[in-house]
Amino acid sequence: MYLTDPDPNILAKKMELVDKLLSFLPSDAVIYDPRETLAYECDALSAYRCPPMVAVLPRTTEEVANIVKLCWELDVPVVPRGSGTSLAGGALPTGDSLVLGVARMNETLEVDYSNRLMRVQTGRTNLSVTGEVESDGFFYAPDPSSQLACAISGNIAMNSGGAHCLKYGVTSNNLLGVKMVTMQGEILDLGGAQLDASGYDLLGVICGSEGQLGIVTEATLRILRKPEGALPVLIGYNDSEVAGQCVSDIIKAGVLPVAIEFMDRPCIRATDAFSQAGYPDCEALLIIEVEGSELEIEEQLAKIIVIANKHNPVELRRAKNTDEANRIWLGRKSAFGAMGQINDYMCLDGTIPVSKLPFVLKRISEMSKEFGLDVGNVFHAGDGNMHPLILYDANKPGDLEVCEAFGAEILKLCVEVGGCLTGEHGVGIEKRDLMHIQYSADDLEAQMSIKDVFDPKWLLNPTKVFPLDASVKRREGASQETAA
Amino acid sequence: MSIANLAPSSESEIAELVTSETERVHIAGGQSRLLATEKKIISTSALNGIVEYEPGALTMVAKAGTPLSLIKETLQKERQQLAFEPPEFKHILMLPGNSTIGGVFATNASGSRRIQVGAARDHLLGVRFVDGLGRIIKNGGRVMKNVTGYDLVKLLAGSWGTLGLITEVSFKVLPISETQLTLKLNLCDARILTTAINTPYDISGTFYDIGLKSAYIRVEGFDESVKYRVQQLLAEFSDFEIDILNMEQSKKFWKNVNNLDFLKNITGDLWRISVKPTDGIKIIEILDPKVGFLDWCGGLVWIRIDEGCDVRGKIQKLAGHAMCLLGDFDQFHPSSVIEKKLSASIRNKFDPKMLFNQEILN
Repeated sequence: MYLTDPDPNILAKKMELVDKLLSFLPSDAVIYDPRETLAYECDALSAYRCPPMVAVLPRTTEEVANIVKLCWELDVPVVPRGSGTSLAGGALPTGDSLVLGVARMNETLEVDYSNRLMRVQTGRTNLSVTGEVESDGFFYAPDPSSQLACAISGNIAMNSGGAHCLKYGVTSNNLLGVKMVTMQGEILDLGGAQLDASGYDLLGVICGSEGQLGIVTEATLRILRKPEGALPVLIGYNDSEVAGQCVSDIIKAGVLPVAIEFMDRPCIRATDAFSQAGYPDCEALLIIEVEGSELEIEEQLAKIIVIANKHNPVELRRAKNTDEANRIWLGRKSAFGAMGQINDYMCLDGTIPVSKLPFVLKRISEMSKEFGLDVGNVFHAGDGNMHPLILYDANKPGDLEVCEAFGAEILKLCVEVGGCLTGEHGVGIEKRDLMHIQYSADDLEAQMSIKDVFDPKWLLNPTKVFPLDASVKRREGASQETAA
Repeated sequence: MSIANLAPSSESEIAELVTSETERVHIAGGQSRLLATEKKIISTSALNGIVEYEPGALTMVAKAGTPLSLIKETLQKERQQLAFEPPEFKHILMLPGNSTIGGVFATNASGSRRIQVGAARDHLLGVRFVDGLGRIIKNGGRVMKNVTGYDLVKLLAGSWGTLGLITEVSFKVLPISETQLTLKLNLCDARILTTAINTPYDISGTFYDIGLKSAYIRVEGFDESVKYRVQQLLAEFSDFEIDILNMEQSKKFWKNVNNLDFLKNITGDLWRISVKPTDGIKIIEILDPKVGFLDWCGGLVWIRIDEGCDVRGKIQKLAGHAMCLLGDFDQFHPSSVIEKKLSASIRNKFDPKMLFNQEILN
């Protein structure tokens, strides 16, 4: 992947920028020593690294506004950062950028059960939001795998999902409002406690805009009353097509589980060896979870089991209590770790129409032979959000490139069968040059024109999301202005 | 007034029309929510039909002009539905047209189940549209999870045809529940809606009649589950006199709610006010309307009030917005200065000639 070169004109302004930042920020909030900026050189797409010119850690929205205003005046690109857990390189800096981290903005501002909402600063981690209201029987629904570490700011930027979004939706469906700072330093409130917008749904556009339209400093989140309980059933099949059919039949029967997870044989073997979850050695494993009171769980599981049995499973294991439930989830939850034990891996997240599952799995396994790299599949089957994990050796010259080429072929396939490049991780730098596959020049132009409105100089996270060749004029337009 | 009605049947035809157009046009679906504001109309009536329906994937793709009734019938055969229960405005506004699926999403028309499953915008997965420059643009897709690029789907939902002519929509559908029951709590406080939604019993509708002081609470799902939850709620609200509406009665009641039947045959201006749920009752106290109803746990207020009453002026200290559906006021609530600036710039990007629905959201 090509990483853009730093602009020497901007690098020349480093000390001017630092001095001005220090005039209104405490010294521990401005990081510019090259040994210290190294801490911000990458996110969870760690194959790519580049330390920023400066990193800042503001505590208030006003500080954020002053920082971006200054960067706007000096034409310094700004890379917003939550916890740096992006798998797509969403928080990867360029050498001439300022990283604006919201990690110190982690206050809870309001908890309002009557209106089922809470307001937080966006540096809060996803799990800590639920932690705040859990003892009162509430929770925040989106639950990305990285929820222990990932920040709400990043969840909003990437419109994060999770295992339970089949029932509860993704971030966008659970975000009621934001306070954000535009690149020109204006502070803007969008949405709020009311349930719809009076004009354009700008909140809906901000969510998932990958930190390119503004810096979200506060979020109003929907919180929900926790269901009385939840239990999963584990079902093994010797044919992935049959497993796919089972998923489709369950949905058609009117049962709406909170989660339907799918693992293929390579993944089952790896996770079982790693976690001793006691999974059956079969072609496809489903974990289906339902919620409610004991009686309701019973009713739904009974319906699921009837359907599952029609397809002759090799194993059907139903959790009767929390311990058994945890055992069933153990392997799935350690799947990424287990694959990482075998080798380095790249995790994709293309989404496909559920009906195309067997075909896509077959093609991935054929491609795996062509490219000579192993791949395991673990994914959210209810909504077709795949997670192929391609194994490669980072220390073997050329392996990363082969892996990326293989990944690109899988994503092309996802789009060909009617799906998309990314279901929940975002585009970042990782998939920006593949955007042409899914979108026409006009489609991309329409999206980029939104960025023109919010960030006319293209200073916010400018090298992400859009293919570099599509965004070059806009990005260079900004720096030419600087030169002039 | 003579009306020129154009009904293009393909995106390229629309693109051609728009490119050469210099006069202002009104984009019309079924005209069941909004009457034409211009002499010249581009209708979606020739963009008709379901393109794809996969019940096992809970998704449907349809051309924008497809009648809502056809969508509902088709889904019904597979025991599925548009879970967000699009409300109908035609009865109350006395409009002759019939709702189209494009119109439902273009106006983000969301009914009582909003509090449980989200709004129309939360169910819209993808759009195709022709903008004011004649560009054919797609965004989103037909899969449930998609974060590829910016979410223009949300932008188009609720844009009332001001950014482009939506030609095709793909959306999420959900199973129709096996059964439903509604509890009617007599002589209670509106705050009961909040108490109900904050139980773990997965409430799918809350409605309050200010005049009668009655609350309606809907529970849906599988048979045993609904019975159980109703028992739990009866215990929770044992201090009140409660009637139970059986499945038929319950369905009929919520259909009336979403057809706005309860606001018919009353004179006065008609307003729809969207606020923080606990502010709903405050709106009623401030305005003291002829009739008032709360949906969405109090977050959606419907009133009929004396003609000419400056509703927006009176409630401006509460955050939210008010839409005037019948009366001599602008239909749409003015935005904040900065939102207005951003929205105008966005509109200018998609429709610089201001061809589409110029009077709306302006």
